[in-house]
Amino acid sequence: MILALAILAFVMLAAAAVAMSLRNLIHSALCLILSWLGIAAFYLWAGAEFVGFAQILIYVGAVSMVVLFAVLLTRRLPADEFAVEPASLARASAALVTGGAVAGLLGGTLLTTRFPTPTRAPVLQVREIGELLAGPHAVALLVVGVLLTVALIGAVVIAASEPPSKGGRP
Amino acid sequence: MSPLNLCLLVSSALFCIGLIGALSRSNAILVLLGIELMLNAANLNFIAFWRFGPAPGGGAGVIFVLFSIAVAAAEAAVGLALVIAVYRHQRNIRLQEAVRLKG
Repeated sequence: MILALAILAFVMLAAAAVAMSLRNLIHSALCLILSWLGIAAFYLWAGAEFVGFAQILIYVGAVSMVVLFAVLLTRRLPADEFAVEPASLARASAALVTGGAVAGLLGGTLLTTRFPTPTRAPVLQVREIGELLAGPHAVALLVVGVLLTVALIGAVVIAASEPPSKGGRP
Repeated sequence: MSPLNLCLLVSSALFCIGLIGALSRSNAILVLLGIELMLNAANLNFIAFWRFGPAPGGGAGVIFVLFSIAVAAAEAAVGLALVIAVYRHQRNIRLQEAVRLKG
């Protein structure tokens, strides 16, 4: 159980770190897909199968495609080969110091905190998730649907290449 | 060390990787991907507390993660549309050069 978590964490963290340090944007996006797969495997390991498959569908399937399309649409020249210039040394060192400080704070807190052990593992079937979504959380589900619709229409409007015509043809 | 501590350590490491990436890179797409990693780390925390928390029962953690994933997907779509809009104005997506609000 712990060994599986260690392997999952290694794959997830190594893929994320490599993705954030590579210079090639396409390789970064592909490494990030591997990291998202690791996160989905963590959900499966923890017993949240529905969330794991939702993660695979949404992140590995949809968000990765959007990211790859954005990378392809924003390259400058065909000879560019998607390389990005390396970050300046001052920015990189400042980011490393900040991230290291946050990591030290979080890690120190977690290593010294003792959580009470759980009494039993929760079991949540898909049927119960559906009943929760359609019953107590129905309003939130509708709001998320409206939010997704508005966000996707807004994304289309922002990314549309031509401004809408002023005159209004019949 | 309990499994909850290990899961929280993993998720905080993922959060810090995303934070370092978002702060150090100047490419807008990579900054967005760093923010996505931080959101994913928060989702890992929800699942860890749902599974190994001291008070099991109920599906609040799972439901919250589902809503969080939906909001993150909307955020990714809008963010990448903004990246494309910025690219159309200044022909690159370096964040240091995106200093004008006026289109």
